[in-house]
Amino acid sequence: MMKDNVENKVGVDAMNVKFSARDVQVYYGDNHAIKDVNVDILDKTVTAFIGPSGCGKSTFLRSLNRMNDTIPICRVEGDILLDGEDINAPQVDPVQLRAKVGMVFQKPNPFPKSIYDNIAYGPRIHGLARNKAELDEIVEKSLRRGAIWDEVKDRLDAPGTGLSGGQQQRLCIARAVATEPEVLLMDEPCSALDPIATAQVEELIDELKASYSVVIVTHSMQQAARVSQKTAFFHLGNLVEYDDTTTIFTNPRDTRTESYITGRIG
Amino acid sequence: MTDATNTGSLYDVDARTKKRNAAEKRFRIYGMIAIGLGLVFLVALLSTIVVRGIPAFQQTKLTLPIALPEETLDKSGVRDIEVMKKVSTFGYNPLIEQALADALDANGIENPFEDAKGLKPILSSSAAAVVRDEVLANPELVGTTHTFEILAASRVDGYLKGRVTRESVARDNNIDAAHFDVVDALRDAGIIAKGFNFDFITGADASESRPEQAGIGVSMLGSLFMMFVVLGLSLPIGVAASIYLEEFATQNRFTDIIEVNISNLAAVPSIVFGILGLAVFIQFMHLPQSAPLVGGLVLTLMTLPTIIISTRASLKAVPPSIREAALGIGASKMQTVFHHVLPLAMPGILTGTIIGLAQALGETAPLLLIGMVGYIASNYPDGVASGFLDPNSAMPAQIYEWAKRADPAYYERAWGGIIILLVFLMTMNILAVILRRRFERRW
Repeated sequence: MMKDNVENKVGVDAMNVKFSARDVQVYYGDNHAIKDVNVDILDKTVTAFIGPSGCGKSTFLRSLNRMNDTIPICRVEGDILLDGEDINAPQVDPVQLRAKVGMVFQKPNPFPKSIYDNIAYGPRIHGLARNKAELDEIVEKSLRRGAIWDEVKDRLDAPGTGLSGGQQQRLCIARAVATEPEVLLMDEPCSALDPIATAQVEELIDELKASYSVVIVTHSMQQAARVSQKTAFFHLGNLVEYDDTTTIFTNPRDTRTESYITGRIG
Repeated sequence: MTDATNTGSLYDVDARTKKRNAAEKRFRIYGMIAIGLGLVFLVALLSTIVVRGIPAFQQTKLTLPIALPEETLDKSGVRDIEVMKKVSTFGYNPLIEQALADALDANGIENPFEDAKGLKPILSSSAAAVVRDEVLANPELVGTTHTFEILAASRVDGYLKGRVTRESVARDNNIDAAHFDVVDALRDAGIIAKGFNFDFITGADASESRPEQAGIGVSMLGSLFMMFVVLGLSLPIGVAASIYLEEFATQNRFTDIIEVNISNLAAVPSIVFGILGLAVFIQFMHLPQSAPLVGGLVLTLMTLPTIIISTRASLKAVPPSIREAALGIGASKMQTVFHHVLPLAMPGILTGTIIGLAQALGETAPLLLIGMVGYIASNYPDGVASGFLDPNSAMPAQIYEWAKRADPAYYERAWGGIIILLVFLMTMNILAVILRRRFERRW
C-alpha cells in the first residue's frame, strides 16, 4: 500500500527494494547527524556505506533496525520502510523488527557462553525450534552459513569467547543468520580482524548475498569495492552519492566522492 | 638543542635524572612505611583479640559425685514431677556443698572452713539449678549417687586462668585466699579442671552474678534471624531497584534525585536508621520490641543502599557490546537483562550482598534504639516464628552488654564474643570470594 506512494529516485526495480528511506533525519540531542537521506536498499545485494569518520554511516545503519532506540537522546525523523512497512510506526515492536533485520557489530561480541548456546539463543527466544533435534539442525546450518562449522563442530561446548577474532566474528554472523533474518546489517565487521580473517569474512558476505540483503559499513574503500554491488557515500551527515559500486569507483558524479575515493579527503 | 644534558654520555647519570630517581625511591619508601604501619596495627589488633578472647573458650568445671537422697528430693517416693518441682534450688544447694566436702575428705584434703557451707564460694551459683534440672528430667536418679559436671564460680575460673590472684581477692567479700588453697588441692586431685567451653558458643546469657554460665548462642540465633530478614528483603528489593534504575529507567531529573539520595543514604549514620525503626516499626506499626524482625527491618534499610550501589556498579561493568549483541538478534530488553547482563553481574552482586550482610551483622548502634541492646538473651526461641518475634539480642549487642558489666569475667567474655563475631565475618568474606571465583569461572 505505502510502497506505491514511494517515488523511486534511483530508478531500480521497485519489487526488488528491501529498505526504502525517505527524508530521514537523525538527531543526537541538538546535533543533526543525518540530513535528508533518501536511499533504496535492494534485496539479495550487498550495499556498502562508505565515508569519513563521523559522517553518519553507522548512525544511519543503526536506525535501520532501531538500535538507536537504546540511546535516549537519539531521535529519528522521516520514513524508513521495510518491504513497504514503516519500521518506526508506533505499533511496531523493535524486537520483531530486529528478528527480521539482524546485525553484526564492529567488535566481535559473542556471548560468554558455549558456541552452541551462542547460535541457539536467537532461535530459542523466537521459538524457531520445536525440539532439540530441530535446534541442533539450526545450529549446524547457521554455523555452516557462517563458514565456521568445520572449525568448531568438535567443540560446540567450548566457550565462544575462546575463539580467535576472525572465528568470533564469523560466529557472530552465524548467530545473526540463525534467526532467519531478511536483512543483515554489518557495522565495520572487519575492522578488528587481520587480513586473513577479513578475507574469510568477505568471502562469507559474498555467499550471504544469495539469501539476504546485506548492508555493510566499512572504512576500507577496497573492501567496499571487493564485496558490494551498490555503494553509498556519506559525508557530514549527507548521502552524497548512491550508485553501482563500479560507477562510484570509476566515474563518480560528485566531486566530494571523487576526492574521498582518491584520498584527498577523509 | 637547548638542553645540554642530552649531549652527554649515557654512562653519566645527570643531576636531573638523579633527582627524579631519588624522588621515586622516597615515594616507594613512604608506601612501604604505610603498608608496614597498617600491618603492625593489624597484627596488634588480632593478637590482642586472640590473647584476651581465647580464655573465654575455656571454663573451669568440677566433676563431683553427688548423692541425691530420696528424703530431701522426693519425700512422697512416687517420683511425681509436680511434687518434686516443689523442692527449689535451696534444697539442692546443701547436697552439692556436702558432695564437695565429701570429695575433699576422700582425697585427704583438709577443709579449712567450719562446715560444708563454707565451700560454697567455689561453686557457681548456677550449680543447684543445673543439678535440679537434671534430676527433674531423669527422676530415676533420686536415691542414687550421680556424677555431675558443675561449673566453678567465676573467681575460681579466673584464679586458674591467672585473671584473679590471691592479692586481688584480699578485699573481696565473695571468696578468700583459703578457698584457693582448696582449689589448688582439688586441681591436683583432678576434681577441678579447665575444659573447652562449648556452652560459651551455644549457651544463653546469664545474670550479672553468673558470668561463668553466660554464652553467646541465643544472641547468635538473634543475629541469624535478623540476617534472614535482611537477606530476604534487601537482596530482591536492592537488585530489582538497581536493575530498574540501571537498565530501564529513563535519565531525567527525578531519577537523578533518586540516585543522589541512594548515595546519601549509604552515608547516613546507622543510629538514624535505628530511631527511624523505633518510630515506624515499633511506635507506629506496633511490631514487638527487641524482636529480630524489627532489627532485621532496620538493618535492611541500612543495607539496601550498599547493595544497590554495588549491584549498579556491577551492572555498569558488563560491557555494552553484550547488550547490543542480545538486542541485535531480537532479544527484548528484559531478556537481555536476565539472560545476559544479570548472570555476568552476578559475582559482583553476590559480593556486594555478602559485604552488606557482614556490615549489618556487626552493626550495634541501630539496635540500641529498638531494645535489642540491654535485653538479657537468656531463652532460646521456641521455633521459627518466635525466633523472629520474641525479644532477643544480637551478637554485637551481646558483646557490648558484656563489656558494660562490672565483673571482669564478663570482660573476658566480651573479647571471646568478638572472636566469634570476627569468625563469622571472615567466613562471610571468604564465602564472597569463593562465590565470586566460582561464578566467574563459569564463563
